[in-house]
Amino acid sequence: MTGFARLFALFGVIALFLYGCSAVPVEEPDTAAGEPEEIIEAPQEPLAGEEFDVEDGEADTMGIEEPLGFRGDPLDDPDSLLAKRVVYFDFDSAVVKDDFSVIVEAHAGYLTDHPGARVTLEGHGDERGTREYNLGLGERRAQAIQQFLLLLGASNQQIQTVSYGEERPASLNHDEEGWQLNRRVEFVYER
Amino acid sequence: MRKIWFYALGIFLTMGQAQAVLKIEITKGAEGALPIAIVPFAWKASSVPVTQKLDEVITADLHRSGLFDPIPKTDFLSWPTEGSEVRCKDWRLLGAENIVVGNVRPIGEIFEVRYELFDVLRCVQVEGQKFRVQGNQLRRLGHQISDRIYKALTGERGAFATRIAYVVASMGDDGKPRYMLQVADSDGFNARTILSSPESIISLAWSPDGTRLAYASFEHGPVTVYIQDVTTGERERLINTKDQVSGPAWSPDGTRLAVVMSRGGKRDIYLVDLATRATKRLTRTSASGFNTEPVWSPDGDYIVYTSHSGGRPQLYRVNATGGRAKRLTFEGKYNTRGTFSPDGKLLGMVHADGAGYHIAVLELETGTFRVLSRTRLDESPSFAPNGSMILYATRDRNRGVLAAASADGRVGQRFELQERGDAREPAWGPFLTP
Repeated sequence: MTGFARLFALFGVIALFLYGCSAVPVEEPDTAAGEPEEIIEAPQEPLAGEEFDVEDGEADTMGIEEPLGFRGDPLDDPDSLLAKRVVYFDFDSAVVKDDFSVIVEAHAGYLTDHPGARVTLEGHGDERGTREYNLGLGERRAQAIQQFLLLLGASNQQIQTVSYGEERPASLNHDEEGWQLNRRVEFVYER
Repeated sequence: MRKIWFYALGIFLTMGQAQAVLKIEITKGAEGALPIAIVPFAWKASSVPVTQKLDEVITADLHRSGLFDPIPKTDFLSWPTEGSEVRCKDWRLLGAENIVVGNVRPIGEIFEVRYELFDVLRCVQVEGQKFRVQGNQLRRLGHQISDRIYKALTGERGAFATRIAYVVASMGDDGKPRYMLQVADSDGFNARTILSSPESIISLAWSPDGTRLAYASFEHGPVTVYIQDVTTGERERLINTKDQVSGPAWSPDGTRLAVVMSRGGKRDIYLVDLATRATKRLTRTSASGFNTEPVWSPDGDYIVYTSHSGGRPQLYRVNATGGRAKRLTFEGKYNTRGTFSPDGKLLGMVHADGAGYHIAVLELETGTFRVLSRTRLDESPSFAPNGSMILYATRDRNRGVLAAASADGRVGQRFELQERGDAREPAWGPFLTP
């Protein structure tokens, strides 16, 4: 370690120490808040302290006893792109728009990392045009997403497509505002 | 798959009484409609008359066709009840060209109905008939008499004694949608629900003999086709497959169904033999397209279907035995859901232009293309079995309603549900007698 890095580490430890001390009183779990869905084991021992040779020998450091990121299945993380499960399309189009490719990429990543995961892509359309035609169009949309996912490494067995055409609208409005919400593909994971 | 399996348990078949009645409104009448007087039928007994007023059924039928202009009863100078009482001069004064008179006589549980049609210009009886029917057949008899009058005066077969099928979609008190497949007389009366489901029902198709309805249902989630006996309510799934199946169309001989099936990621037209349930693929879609909405030509030789292969949907024709497809429509960028007139000369369809989705008709021999409707979201066209009108679904004041237009576009009518809900996916049934 260079001198600078050593200095930086020292600052870090001091900062952690200060934070640890002030954090302790609020660390008490709030048992009245109901059962959490998943109990995350907190480390029993302080994260840091004894190995560090600081001048103040009396000092004691502690961790915040909380992971920095989300723990559990990424599908359950509300902050993850995976929480976005709907991709919208232009009128009479099955082309995945650039705005939504980042969502599809996130799902492709998840499927690649979780070979056991299974998703059904449900294609939908707005009410304009005939119902059978919209069934076909909804299927094309679902297949467009499917192709995208496969290209990015998901496997065929993980993905099913189905079309509901205009039969399960997300919005009941008979105008562009409603229609744009209805031209969509929904990711429905088997959980 | 969310609530589908729970919903599936909720499916039940009913043969219940009328729940939603269609009210018919004539939106556009033909000029030069034939003035006709229909005199209230006399009740030839001292008892309380039956409630079915045959003359009213006949008057409404003839008026609705757009080809007749019934003279208001309040203008009548006399109310003859049989031919010998008709004074032709009186009726000529009113401008009538024809007059219908009749009477009903109860004989035990049976009713004897006599009617006579007169040409008052020549002052001759055109025809006269006597029928005996049960009380619950009186309304149907009224439609049959309308058919006879229509035939006698226009030369074409009437289609009043036929049925229509359609779907009523409504929101239940529990906030969940409800879909009812209903069958009604051609005038919207006598509506009965033959299927009630929490999931959508689309693409109704009558068997050529009018005894069965094929339809596509989402009750299992992915769409699949059922065939239901209209009288008994019994039904069966056309093919047990995980593939999505929809868009059924009967062959004219009733032995096969053309359907849309999505198999291996490709959506194509398949033929299903009803005796063996063997399936045969008829079309081969391009990788980026799909084929849908098959319909059989009345001679059974061809299948017309919608193909999205060219990027924009157009109607194509293929031999029912297979082979190369021929494109039929070139007007505009969107022509879907073909439907043949009974004589095979006209092809009805949904045609989109900048103003919306309309019903249009293509004369196959001449190539003449005519847009019949001017409303914005029209779909599901089907011809009356005599070819006189095309029934279709449209939206009116934010509500799904049924409408009909004459094939020449001169006559229009609208069917509105008396109760809440959207009427959609109509299909006009065939003649019920040969």
